[in-house]
Amino acid sequence: MNPLFNYTLKLADDTLIFGQRLGELCGQGPYLEEDIALTNIALDYLGQSNNFYKYAAQIQDLGKSEDDLAFLRLEKEYLNCQLTELPNGDYAQTILKVYFFSVYQKILYTELMKSTDEQISAIAEKSLKEVKYHYTHTSTWIKMFAGGTEESKTRLKNAVEHLWEYTGGMFAETPGEEDLAKLEIVPNGKQIKELWKKTVAEDFQNFGIAIPESDFMQKGSRTGYHTEYFGFILCELQFMQRTYPNCAW
Amino acid sequence: MNQANLLEILSQIPDPEIPVINIVELGIVREAKMISDNEVEIVITPTYSACPAMFNIEEDIIKLFKEKGIQAKVITKIAPVWTTDWITDEAREKLRVYGITPPEKGNHEDHLNVPKKCPRCGSTNTKQISRFGSTLCKASYQCNDCLEPFDYFKCH
Repeated sequence: MNPLFNYTLKLADDTLIFGQRLGELCGQGPYLEEDIALTNIALDYLGQSNNFYKYAAQIQDLGKSEDDLAFLRLEKEYLNCQLTELPNGDYAQTILKVYFFSVYQKILYTELMKSTDEQISAIAEKSLKEVKYHYTHTSTWIKMFAGGTEESKTRLKNAVEHLWEYTGGMFAETPGEEDLAKLEIVPNGKQIKELWKKTVAEDFQNFGIAIPESDFMQKGSRTGYHTEYFGFILCELQFMQRTYPNCAW
Repeated sequence: MNQANLLEILSQIPDPEIPVINIVELGIVREAKMISDNEVEIVITPTYSACPAMFNIEEDIIKLFKEKGIQAKVITKIAPVWTTDWITDEAREKLRVYGITPPEKGNHEDHLNVPKKCPRCGSTNTKQISRFGSTLCKASYQCNDCLEPFDYFKCH
């Protein structure tokens, strides 16, 4: 498999799956403005994934479309990290998950803008503007949760404890990623991880919340191994194309 | 037809979500040139990665030129990345009259310390209701003086 195809696919899969997951909150948000906020973020993710899938299809050069890649692959072919597929949970979990992911995206896209691959660099630059906005939104909420009531503090603490072990999966590398890094097409994955940890540590100190002591991390992200929730999300996502092949609006 | 003529034709196409401004003054159209006697090539750029209006805009362009017997080839380019700085001053005024506060120039991170002016009464005593709005490009605000809620076109 072409390393650049794998890498582009992981970026596309992350945003498709997270977008699909957040989209579940359409009409279900805790109040109207947040309902709109979450679905706006979900839509940004879908737009980003569309751009990455288009490029992936072009790299793959098998005459497939972005829709084929998004809707017609098998579970083990999806390279998203597990964090993006976890259920929305309560509002502290939803927001914290988007926060963790937007710190990652902010750092990653900033580095990808320097990519020697023009298309990757262009999509990164376009997406970065959106991601910064997600970051501002979620970090503002976390600060409020952390300084809020006993209930909001407890829920935030529980969310941190629950989600922490899935954060390592974001930095898992796809086959051939190291070679791409040598060619300066993509940044060094370990460097992204260090920058992420540094940013989160600074933010958490600012929020007044603790980072879990355990450094246990779930494995399997980006290798096609998924959590038990993934099959269900895929089922809903693929239903139309599987049942009515080639159906279009 | 030169680029100026073509842009004039393209100015007839309104933005599907904010119909008071057209796609040229919004900065979506980046290039327009005749590639033969009856073929035109138009380069457009998306505002947001997922802006659903892009599909309509492409269709509208093809349809408009077809009526003139010209075949339009629409190319979507992401780079250079669209920014609200490309919205013309005329279009900003149209937005304001329509009830949408136009984006400030150069404030790409959209810092909140810059007060948003109410498009109705002009007061800067306003508050943010939500960072997001009815479309990807807008945020929701309210004026503390005239109490009117309004949309703010986010800086991008």
